[in-house]
Amino acid sequence: MYETTYHKAGSVSEAASLMANADDGKFLGGGQTLLPTMKQRLAAPSDLVDVTKIADMKGISANGDGVTIGAATTHFEVSTSDLVKQKLPGLASLAGGIGDPAVRHMGTIGGSIANNDPAADYPAALVALGATVVTSKRELAAEDFFTGMFETALDEDEIVVAVKFPGAAASAYAKYPNPASRYAMAGVFVAKGSDGSVKVAVTGAGQNGVFRMSDMETALAGNFSPDAVAGIAPDANDLLSDIHGSAAYRANLVTVMAKRAVQKA
Amino acid sequence: MSKVSMVLNGKTVSADVEDRTLLVSFIRDVRGLTGTHVGCDTSQCGACVVHVNGKAVKSCTMLAAQADGADVVTLEGIGTADNLHPVQAAFREHHGLQCGFCTPGMIMTAVDMINRHGAGNLDEATIRHELEGNICRCTGYHNIVKAIKAASDQMAGMAQAAE
Repeated sequence: MYETTYHKAGSVSEAASLMANADDGKFLGGGQTLLPTMKQRLAAPSDLVDVTKIADMKGISANGDGVTIGAATTHFEVSTSDLVKQKLPGLASLAGGIGDPAVRHMGTIGGSIANNDPAADYPAALVALGATVVTSKRELAAEDFFTGMFETALDEDEIVVAVKFPGAAASAYAKYPNPASRYAMAGVFVAKGSDGSVKVAVTGAGQNGVFRMSDMETALAGNFSPDAVAGIAPDANDLLSDIHGSAAYRANLVTVMAKRAVQKA
Repeated sequence: MSKVSMVLNGKTVSADVEDRTLLVSFIRDVRGLTGTHVGCDTSQCGACVVHVNGKAVKSCTMLAAQADGADVVTLEGIGTADNLHPVQAAFREHHGLQCGFCTPGMIMTAVDMINRHGAGNLDEATIRHELEGNICRCTGYHNIVKAIKAASDQMAGMAQAAE
């Protein structure tokens, strides 16, 4: 790892000013992606601004039918929260399946979505549940926040502070993990709103990160059963193709994971 | 350079280290505690697992500075050669190791697993799922799983006997 300067921010405004003064800084969440990347010398930020000690960015609270989760809340805390398990069981189960126990003890929801790895799990939940990303500057709908592979709408000095999830009548996530890395080769989050509308979001498979499956949404709104999505697959031309799986294989995985998610919901 | 202080195996320690110093380097190179191993150095194998504020983490994927002010426990902090932790004793009894390189991480992960689920509440499927972040290239995991199950059940018995 190249040399870097570590800063511990005590507040959101302090974090923003530390970043403004840094030559080429990065915000540090749990570090479960950033630190391995730095160790491989694929990233070399001059400064790291640790935002996980900021009290305002931690914890989970009820928000009407839904929940608000502080950006520095770990995957372990989300997966074991009684509030999340009760209101959004699909989200709790997704958080409990990220990485491994040691990674879940460190990794944070804010860090994961700010990185927007195309195979990360959280983006599918945020998009399908219609979450709102609260930053140090504004509030953004999840679909406007994720803009492409490893790309978000965040400015350089903008910090994810919290994620607001509305309630849902049913929610579930199913993923097919790569047998070696355990990253999703296709992950599908299905959410049924309290008004009966359905949203389906896919991670791990798209060339531009998370995307919605509107054909599946329409089919499920009429008939919320695995059979309704059995014949629907995304266009393979838009999907990732690599040594782990071809685009056609991933297209089929999306259908299979969607069926499993609906079954679980 | 920054001054990093933490409680390491019950003892307050501090040192001036480069900001890029990993927690595992602090433990092994600065403090000389070599029970914690570095296997892959890419956050995958889990040989470096220690407990930070009571939770299992990969010490190769955390800066020492992030652990400033934390309570850190390594393999050396849970038992001694004369007085093994029940999980250590179970690994010996059930031959839960061959070369032994992954063992420190396996044991620290097992202790964390038993703490979270409660002694006596682990079945084979849960243990295997919980070991997702620990890689062993020798054993095929069977005896590791057996050892963790035995330790968990034995610790439940000890807790009952103490009541």
